[in-house]
Amino acid sequence: MTALREDLETTCWTPVCSYTDLLPERGACALVDGRQVALFRTFDGVLYAIGNHDPFSGAQVLSRGIVGTRTGEPCVASPMHKQVFSLVTGVCLDDPAVSVPTYPVRVAADGAVEVGAG
Amino acid sequence: MSRLVVVGHGPTSNRLVEALLAGGFAGRVTVLGEEPRPAYDRVALTSYLAGRSVEDLTYPVPEGVVLRLSSRVTAIDRDRRTVTVADGHVEPYDVLVLATGSSPFVPPVPGRDLPGCFVYRTIDDLDAIREAAAGATGGVVIGGGLLGLEAADALRGLGLATHVVEMGGWLMPRQLDEGGGAVLRGHIEALGLTVHTEAGAKEVAAGPDGRVSGLVKPDGEIIDAQVVVFSAGVRPRDELARQAGLEVGPRGGVAVDDGMRTSDPAIYAVGECALHDGMVYGLVGPCFTMAEVAADRILGGEAVFTRADLSTKLKLLGVEVAQFGAMDGALDVTFMDPVGGVYQKLFVSDDARTLLGGICVGDATPYNTLKPFVGRDLPGAPSELLFTGGPANMELPDDAQVCSCNNVTKGQVCAAITGNGLTDVAGIKACTRAGTTCGSCVPMLKRILVSSGVEVSKALCEHFTYSRAELFDIVRVRGITTFSQLITEHGTGRGCDVCKPVVASILASLGNGHILDGEQAALQDTNDHFLANIQRNGTYSVVPRIPGGEITPDKLIVIGEVARDFGLYTKITGGQRIDLFGARVEQLPRIWKRLVDAGFESGHAYGKALRTIKSCVGSTWCRYGVQDSVGLAIALELRYRGLRSPHKLKSAVSGCARECAEARSKDFGIIATEKGWNLYVGGNGGFTPRHADLFASDLGTEELIRVIDRFLMFYIRTADRLQRTSAWVEDQGLDYVRQVVLDDSLGICADLEAQMERHVAGYADEWRTTIEDPDKLRRFVSFVNAPGTPDPSIRFETERDQVKPVLIPLEAVRS
Ligand SMILES: Cc1cc2nc3c(=O)[nH]c(=O)nc-3n(C[C@H](O)[C@H](O)[C@H](O)COP(=O)(O)OP(=O)(O)OC[C@H]3O[C@@H](n4cnc5c(N)ncnc54)[C@H](O)[C@@H]3O)c2cc1C
Ligand code: SF4
Ligand code: FES
Repeated sequence: MTALREDLETTCWTPVCSYTDLLPERGACALVDGRQVALFRTFDGVLYAIGNHDPFSGAQVLSRGIVGTRTGEPCVASPMHKQVFSLVTGVCLDDPAVSVPTYPVRVAADGAVEVGAG
Repeated sequence: MSRLVVVGHGPTSNRLVEALLAGGFAGRVTVLGEEPRPAYDRVALTSYLAGRSVEDLTYPVPEGVVLRLSSRVTAIDRDRRTVTVADGHVEPYDVLVLATGSSPFVPPVPGRDLPGCFVYRTIDDLDAIREAAAGATGGVVIGGGLLGLEAADALRGLGLATHVVEMGGWLMPRQLDEGGGAVLRGHIEALGLTVHTEAGAKEVAAGPDGRVSGLVKPDGEIIDAQVVVFSAGVRPRDELARQAGLEVGPRGGVAVDDGMRTSDPAIYAVGECALHDGMVYGLVGPCFTMAEVAADRILGGEAVFTRADLSTKLKLLGVEVAQFGAMDGALDVTFMDPVGGVYQKLFVSDDARTLLGGICVGDATPYNTLKPFVGRDLPGAPSELLFTGGPANMELPDDAQVCSCNNVTKGQVCAAITGNGLTDVAGIKACTRAGTTCGSCVPMLKRILVSSGVEVSKALCEHFTYSRAELFDIVRVRGITTFSQLITEHGTGRGCDVCKPVVASILASLGNGHILDGEQAALQDTNDHFLANIQRNGTYSVVPRIPGGEITPDKLIVIGEVARDFGLYTKITGGQRIDLFGARVEQLPRIWKRLVDAGFESGHAYGKALRTIKSCVGSTWCRYGVQDSVGLAIALELRYRGLRSPHKLKSAVSGCARECAEARSKDFGIIATEKGWNLYVGGNGGFTPRHADLFASDLGTEELIRVIDRFLMFYIRTADRLQRTSAWVEDQGLDYVRQVVLDDSLGICADLEAQMERHVAGYADEWRTTIEDPDKLRRFVSFVNAPGTPDPSIRFETERDQVKPVLIPLEAVRS
């Protein structure tokens, strides 16, 4: 949903789970192409995908953080040392020099969540 | 000028480099540090023994600096302008800064080199002390000054019977007079330390194994000790300066001018190694100021260093001791309360109008309120100020220094508050650095906030303008049962990692079902979400409840088998339980299935909830016991298990006054008496230790339980987020809590008791309920799209026959 339009055609989509598998305001982790992708479904039903690797602790845990908003922007707090990352841009809102990758994510017609990692 | 070299990487060096970079220094900065790690907060060093990590203490290394660790500089060549490192590396400089600090002075006592003798200065020193303390029973600290007492408290914290040996006539002779020293001694002895004054060390005695076995005093007395820590003062590390022919003081220290320049204009010296106007400063405040001055000069400025304040406050020990300004004056006024252990003295000018300084023991209020008035007109009559702590609306002059560590004035704090619209102390810290070092000025910062008319925000976070206690009332009175309803009606946005767990805890305290039910699941932080504690590599640890620490052999065997079968690391915790480490999320349900089948239940080690009720063996086995401490501990643990609270709750029950269960370091602790039970509240181990206060004596068991019910519920209703009972009791005032809980002054006790009854009746084991619910179990996977696949990033190696995590390396640490 956050991908650039022109990328969509070339992106390779991997289905990972069904939309209803994701709890509102909670994350889950998917293994896509050997990469760990943290998926989030926010309160309003929108999906986001960012890297699962927490750059501050080195552990693969961002999918297990608390989801919320900071000045309106959807974000997740790392469960390790609580740094907050934007779900939209992957930028760490506490230390903007640090960021994690973001991935395109969408819901297919059959209700499957698909992550684009290409 | 392009190459700047700093020798030493301590707090002063770090501050200097920060100031240089902030000032736009264009050249190359190289820092050569002797220790194997970057600069850390030495002032907070002791908290390392209390469990703070090296990472917590370490200052971030500024970007763009070349930092060479484990690099002791052995020589300066002033002609070539180079320094040489022990490993042979040669570093050229245009400007050199010596920030080599000081080294502890070890008096020439025979035996001072024996294994078991230590100094107290670096993380490595503390590691070595901790290791030696593991097999030891007694410790001695030589030196009863500020640092010696801090070290003694640390030894006590490591479980040693600890003695302090002071040459002078009383403790802290440099900060206190005899009267203050005597009152302080009473406090220190009450903590269980043994004090010897007018006593030196004649010899450190060795045992048959060649290690320290005791300390021989000049009078021949031998103190039994396997650990001896020297804290008899420090000496500036000026050896490099001497070797290079720079001017040094007769008693040591690299001589510098007001601009921190040594006798060689290309070389500066800052911090504890520098001698300015005949003074060497052993406090971090003046050292930081020197760093700022030197940085300004190097950048072409004209800053000057002037004589600095030597006010100090003792950290730790839970005893308030402070001294500020001068230690004598034409007149002095003393306030003494021998029963309360308070001794306060103000020194004033002969017309009794100008404050010169003061001493506080037992209650440091005058330090916090009056210190900024040093050298100025007193805001009231001295005796009145001591008795009342001063008028509440005391107006401080703008140029009064409020933070001596970081040299911040009241004017600067006020400017930061108005300029940035600050509403809390955290904001002041971030903008001015005040309060970030020793923390003793924080009460003053709070006063300034309040008096500057700022509505001090009690808002939980950006989503709620209410405090935790207010939210609790809103939820309770309006009968709210979901986060969504609460935030829609009383907040904004969608919450965060601060308010969600608070609301989760409030909902749980008010009995709103399983914490993973429905929407509540999304409020829990990772520990509550997986009902286990996250550890550094993203695995979890599992702690089954072992009420009162009593366990059958069969149950012990089950824990052992589970640990073996899942390859978990096992450790006995400080709370008499067994912690199993290294479980991946997908293993948790299987582990718990086996534990639940064997009769275990969740230990709530993951939650802000009741943790353990520790016990000694009491009258059942112990020849001293007067009551059944095990039986009571089990009954209490079963009663309060699962109780969610603003912070974790710990308790202990001791069977007699010998206090083997350490009940007085707990949130609520119980000690048996001949007639019943004494209840203590507000104790705290951990980061800021506090001895619990006696709350009620000689209670029968039923009455005891009623009082604890009320106490806990009152705490749960009114405490701030993450406020331990220790801070809460201090905030509310012990007398007030007694009135509410014992005398029912608010008329809410019946309600508090009923709420606890509902909790007890509604308890169900969280793990059992989880295992029985397939919907909840589906969350316990590493990957949604590969439920059977374990997280490949989690790897272990073996240490002492058990697993330990191999961490994923972070981006290579800056050079
Ligand atoms: C346990 C403890 C508690 C304290 N509590 C307080 C307090 O509450 N309040 C307060 O104001 N102060 C306190 N202090 C004092 C405070 O820590 C010092 O004033 C401060 O650390 C001085 O900083 P510095 O950088 O000048 O020296 P240091 O911290 O000593 O740093 C100097 C560094 O230089 C290195 N070095 C030395 N020679 C060389 C060389 N030749 N080559 C390379 N590297 C070298 C050393 O290894 C060291 O790492 C405390 C000190 C201790 C030990
Ligand atoms: S506290 Fe008293 S009863 Fe309990 S073990 Fe110690 S000596 Fe025995
Ligand atoms: S006085 Fe030490 S931090 Fe302010």
